[in-house]
This record gives sequence, C-alpha cells and structure tokens, in this order.
Amino acid sequence: MPFQPIKFYQTGTFTVGNRLLNPDDRSVQSHQDRINSINSGHRACQGCGEALGARYALDAAMEATGSQLIAANATGCLEVFTTPYPETSWQIPWMHSLFGNAAAVATGIAAAMKVKGRSDVRVIAQGGDGGTTDIGFGCLSGMFERNDDVLYICYDNEAYMNTGVQRSSATPAAARTATTMPVGPNPGNVFGQGKFVPAIAMAHEIPYVATATVADLRDLEAKVKRAMEFRGARYIHILVPCPLGWGSASHDTIRIARLAHETGMFPVFEAEYGVQVSALPIREQLPVEEYLKPQKRFAHLFGAKPKLDMIAKIQERADRNIRKYGQAPQQEVV
Amino acid sequence: MDKPFAITLDPGSSLANHTGSWRTERPLYVDRMPPCNAACPSGENIQSWLFHAESGEYERAWRVLIENNPFPAIMGRVCYHPCEGACNRGQMDSSVGINSVERFLGDEAIKRGWKFDKPATLSGKRVLVVGAGPSGLSAAYHLARLGHIVEIHEAGPLSGGMMRFGIPKYRLPRDVLDAEVARILDLGVTLRLNTKVANIEQSIKQGGFDAAFLAVGAHIGKRAFIPAGDAARIVDAVSVLRSMEGEDKPMLGRRVVVYGGGNTAIDVARTAKRMGATEAIIVYRRTREKMPAHDFEVEEALQEGVLIKWLSTIKHADAHSLTVEKMVLDNKGVPQPTGEFETMEADSLVLALGQDVDLSLLQGVPGIEIKDGTVQVGSNMMTGHKGVFAGGDMVPSERTVTVGVGHGKKAARHIDAWLRGAAYEPAAKHELADFKMLHTWYYADAPKTVRPMLDMIRRQTSFDEVQGGLDETNALFEARRCLSCGNCFECDNCYGVCPDNAVIKLGAGKRFKFNYDYCKGCGMCVAECPCGAIKMVPEEI
Repeated sequence: MPFQPIKFYQTGTFTVGNRLLNPDDRSVQSHQDRINSINSGHRACQGCGEALGARYALDAAMEATGSQLIAANATGCLEVFTTPYPETSWQIPWMHSLFGNAAAVATGIAAAMKVKGRSDVRVIAQGGDGGTTDIGFGCLSGMFERNDDVLYICYDNEAYMNTGVQRSSATPAAARTATTMPVGPNPGNVFGQGKFVPAIAMAHEIPYVATATVADLRDLEAKVKRAMEFRGARYIHILVPCPLGWGSASHDTIRIARLAHETGMFPVFEAEYGVQVSALPIREQLPVEEYLKPQKRFAHLFGAKPKLDMIAKIQERADRNIRKYGQAPQQEVV
Repeated sequence: MDKPFAITLDPGSSLANHTGSWRTERPLYVDRMPPCNAACPSGENIQSWLFHAESGEYERAWRVLIENNPFPAIMGRVCYHPCEGACNRGQMDSSVGINSVERFLGDEAIKRGWKFDKPATLSGKRVLVVGAGPSGLSAAYHLARLGHIVEIHEAGPLSGGMMRFGIPKYRLPRDVLDAEVARILDLGVTLRLNTKVANIEQSIKQGGFDAAFLAVGAHIGKRAFIPAGDAARIVDAVSVLRSMEGEDKPMLGRRVVVYGGGNTAIDVARTAKRMGATEAIIVYRRTREKMPAHDFEVEEALQEGVLIKWLSTIKHADAHSLTVEKMVLDNKGVPQPTGEFETMEADSLVLALGQDVDLSLLQGVPGIEIKDGTVQVGSNMMTGHKGVFAGGDMVPSERTVTVGVGHGKKAARHIDAWLRGAAYEPAAKHELADFKMLHTWYYADAPKTVRPMLDMIRRQTSFDEVQGGLDETNALFEARRCLSCGNCFECDNCYGVCPDNAVIKLGAGKRFKFNYDYCKGCGMCVAECPCGAIKMVPEEI
C-alpha cells in the first residue's frame, strides 16, 4: 500500500482551529484564552469586517510581542465604534489623536520608548483607508522614508464609511458611494484613479509589506507575526468588507473577502525590502461577477442591461493582478 | 470633583453596552442527522464514532459503535454500506470509506481483546431468542446489555446463521465471526445449539420465558420447476453454501451453472470457481442493470473468471447439458421469451432463486399473521401473539445482515419496554444534514483510501479473504476525511469569525456557547460553519 501522509486536519488548513492539532500549531484566534484586544460591546455594525480584522491582527501582534504593545489609532470607524466617551473596547494600551497623524503619533511613541530604553515595547499604528491612503498619507510616507520602528496596519474598507460612505482613494472603479453615484454614462467611481498603497509602500523599500484579507486568518496571523520579526517601518494592508458601505449581507463578510482574493480583485502577497517574496495562491479562480454581484455598490453593473464593458474592464484588472503578483493556482513566485 | 479639566465621567468598558439588543435573529447550535446515520439499517451513529476515530481514540470509537451494532468486524466485511452511498463527501470527491474504518475498529477490538460492558442492573426477566443468526445474536446482545437473561435456541450445529452458512469464507473469515459471537456469549448469553424449536408457545412455557424473539431466517432454497432428465444434477444454492461448512464438500463437477441473479448466485459461482470448476456460469433472465446482486460483487466475480449469460432462462436439464431459451426485455423491462433455444454443457445446475422461511414453529400459535411466506410484525417488531417478537429474514424486509442486526436492536428495545409494561418511544429524529448546508470550501481535497485486494490467482483457487483491511495510518486518514455533517467537530470557526467575541469556547469536547448579551445576530458563524451545525432562528419579541 502506498505511503499516505496523515494531514493534521480532516478539513485541510483552512478552518480557524482544530482539536486534532498540537496547541502550538493552532491559530491565535482559536485559543480559549485569547486576548480579545477589542472587547465585546463595541458599536460596529453587524458583521463588521474591520472589527474582525483588527482583532485578528492585534491579537496576533500581542502574542508575537509578549503583550508589550502600544497602538496609535487614526480617526475612523475603528476609533468611533470602540471608544464612545467614556467607554472603551480596547484591552491594550491605545491612543487616538487626529485623523491624519496616526503614523506620526506612532513614530513619537517609538521614539519615546527608545529614549526610555524600552526596546521590548513595540508600536503599531492603525487606521482605515481614508486615514491611511488620503488624509494620513503624508505622515505615513514620512514614517516609511525615515524607517521608523512602527508597524502600520491599514484596514481597507474602500471608502469613508463612518461619515456616510464617501469615496476614498482606495475605492474601486465602478463602485457606488455617496460621492460617486451610479448616474450618467460612467456610473460609479471612475476607472483609472485611486492608489494601491501596498505598492507605494514597497517603493519605499521598507523591511516588510504585506496584504491580507479577513477570509484567511492563518495567512493574516502569519504576516503579523512575520512583521514583528523586523525592526523599522512595516506595512500591512488588510481588506475588510463593510456590509453597510458595500451593500452586502452581514453574514457574507468573510465570503466577500474570500471572493475578493479568489477572483483576483484584491492581490494577497508579501514583500521584503521592496521585493515580493510570496503570494497566496488562488485555489479556484472565479469570474469577477461572483464578487461583484452580492454587493449593492455594484448593482448598477447588472440588472436588465448589464454593463458588460465595465465588467470586462474589471475582469481585465483582476487578471492583471493575478499575473502581476503570481497568484495563479499552483504557480510559484520566485 | 477631582477629575482633570473637561472630564466628567469615569472611564468605563464597552461591556456595559449590551449589543445583543440589536438582534432580530439568533444563532443556535444544532445537531443534524448526518446522511450516513440516516441510511444505516442498523442505526449506527457513524459520524460520532468517526469523530473519536479521528483523534486516534479507537477504543472509544468502538464503544460508541457497539452501542448500536455488536459486529463491527463482520460489518466491515459483509455490509453493503448504504452509508457510503448517502455520504455527502461523495458529492465533493468520493465518499468516506466508512466500511473500511469500521472493519479496522472491529479488527482492533479483536486484536486487543476489548470486551462489552456488563449491564449495571439485572431485571430478572428471561427472554428466549430463536435462531443464532445476525438478528438473533443482535437481539440477544442488546437484551443482555439491558439486563435481561437471554437464552438462544439454535437449530443448527454452529452459531452465525447465514453469516456462516450463507456467506462464503473469502468474504467473512470464520475466526472473525467466532470472535464476535464469543464476545456476545461472554456477556452471559446462553447458546443452545442443535436445539430446534418445534412450537414456540411450548418452548416459552417450558422454559419459563417472559418474551421471545424469533429470527429463524430464510434457509429453504426456492425451487423452480425445471423439466429434467433422470440423471440431471440440480441442487439449491443455500444447500451448497451450507455444505461448504461441513465435512462433505458439495460435488458440483467441472462445469457449474448457477441460475439466478442475486448475491447468493454470485456467492455460489465464486465458490464453485474456488472448488476447482473450470467454468462457473451464471444464467440470468434479465440484464446486468436489472440484476439484484450488488455491482461490486458482480465485478469481482467477473474478475475471477465467472461467466454470466444474460437474458436467458433454463428450459430443460439433462445429465450433462441444459437447454436455454434466449429472452428479450419488453418496453416495461420484463423479459419475454423469443423461442430461440440453445444447448449448454453443465455437470450441475445450482438454483439461486431466493429463499423461503421455515415457519413450522408457529403452527397453531394464535394471533400470528403470515403473508407471502413471512411473519407480519407491527412497528414495534411484535407479532400478533403477545410477547412474541420477530425480525430478520423471516419478516418482510430487505434480506441483509445489516438489516437483520438492525431488527435485533429495534426488537430488543421494544421487548425491554414491553417487559417493563411500557412502550418504547424512539427519540425524535434530527433534521437531515443536507449537502447544501455544508461550507465545503473549508475541506481539503483528500482522495479515498482503497483497500487492497488479494492476488487474482489466490482468489480463484483459495478461500482466503479477498478484500484486505486498512492499517492504522490509512484508517486514520480515511476517518479524517469525514465532513462531520450537521455535528460540531470543534473547528473553532464560529469562535474565530465572530466580530463581537460573542462565542464562548468551552474547551476540548465541550463545544461552544453563544453570549447573547453581545451577539448582534450577523449570522457569520452560520455562514462560515463548515458542517452546518448552527442555524439562525427569529428572535421572539
């Protein structure tokens, strides 16, 4: 009888945890006594991807640093729904200053820790896509080019959700927002604008850049832990679906994030010193319609007269992502 | 006021904010009925014993298995595993090899000498079981474990019934059968061999029994009238298979023709081949698609060189030849004669046309209803005569070992209740765990482990077991292919994906519970549960 390796999972490596696994090999989120950096009672919407992504990332960072962690937070959903005065959901040292200065505040905390000789205390800055790619971008780029010892995490829900779903520079083409309504000959957000900050971060040649989604917990945790092995400026960009702003069902948050990866809409990879070192392969590539259809922000692309040309352009972009970042199934990235 | 400037409130935790009040639907942990369990004729809790086998706790898995079926090593060889036909994994890659894992557990139990637990309390009631076949032994086992005194009266010289006198050795080695029967007798069950019950009422009265379970099987080969010359050798399949167990092996000659299309026909033809017949030919009046025999048995027989003559009936038998008429199927699928005849050489003709039940023990017993040669029983397996229950091949049903074992269990539960003057109420069945309730993205690809088969030459010449078993490494792999349909297997997905930390992990083996103070009812746990063990229900206002 041929040799047959026993997988530790009957379900592959895709579930959050597994009773058959060695405790050391389990995900941080599967631990019975996990830190829960964000406590229950926060006011995020039902099925909030950002609340989930932030807990995933910060719990992993807390474990990687032996709980010696301080977080600076930009203004945004994450700040608003966790800290309505006088309550807080945070169970880690946390501070908020302004919308645009999280990277600079974190730089200051890191400098203070250095002066105090507390090299064991690590610093995270975090914000949404608005606070990162638009308003805080100057501070962020400065933090990168000075190579300050900070991990910046961007929770990307692709618009200003907290203030009523306005377009940001991370809003995808064709998406409806309050400021890019689906009217006129080119409905929704325009094609060919906006920016992909992970690529800009790579251009700074900082020690570590990675992207992740809330759909692949193990990949996300591995990237946070990897980031904590470096000193200097690091950047992780996490796609966090927003049921409110995207018009998706609250129970579909993880499914939508998974589809973003599996259709190629959101590339998942990591890079060190400006060079890509890995990509999360797509298990089964799906057409972009699968990702677009469950979201009302793309509803104007479908209906009685589908905008086939726009869907084709989106598909082209997804295919380019897969080629560019080498995510095709079983394709190795050199 | 000793607070800093502009601060009027003490800092508080968001735990004060019970977000559970937002909810209109609540998630609920459920156990659903896995399709394997639903399909099992002996009502095994397959998903549950696979769960323990997955973690390598084989004895625990075996103990869960034997709650319903005392014969895992036999089942792992002779059961036609309808569970695998129903398995949801079959819709992904291929069904879980439940039967091979069952056999592995059964063989482990024999190897390691695991014993059944004796009953905690004894009832003092005496139950007579007639027949030591699968159904009778199963009933005796369950009755003994329920604390009753059980005596089996068996007409034959050995226990096992059709498992010994119907199923050939190459499918069920006798040491396996003996080991599993001995374990039941160890429970304190008395077995009287060569004890034919002539009249059930008398036997009950004489033995002072409180109830009886009849499972005499169907051992009389059906005969069809075939005009035959004086020297023609015509025997029936059951007698051939039975005499294989005795000293005098049946003399079938070099060219053996078997008439019939069921599993027994296949068993006889394969037996004849092993006995040295140069040709073993099955004559069947319809086509392969219509054959009642299981396809894998037909396939194995063909591999071993058994020939099958389709669409043919036997018209006349002579000393060394048969006259066969060709048939065609009409548009209803019924074979019709064509008037075309041919002659084929045959030293003997074996009739495998089904079996009848010997009902002599019920003659003159009031209340018994007999229809189409079988005893009629109610849903509680009781005949029309109070206190006399019946099961197995002698009641109307599919005639397989597994069905017989299931009857034995069911009857034992009803007998137990009846002895206490109560009625047994089976627990309500859970909703079926349908394939579309699963989230198959979470399951990795894992091909089915195929059991090794004996070399062809030994299959044609010896009665060695044809199908091998799995060893520990690949049995464990196979067990872990289980999707755990409808039953939590503690993958931590609900615990991990809740954005509100509203799932409480209770620790290994204790599963999870919801913290409804904070659960907002987003339904992510339901959407991401791989096995469909959570459902949303509307919140009551």
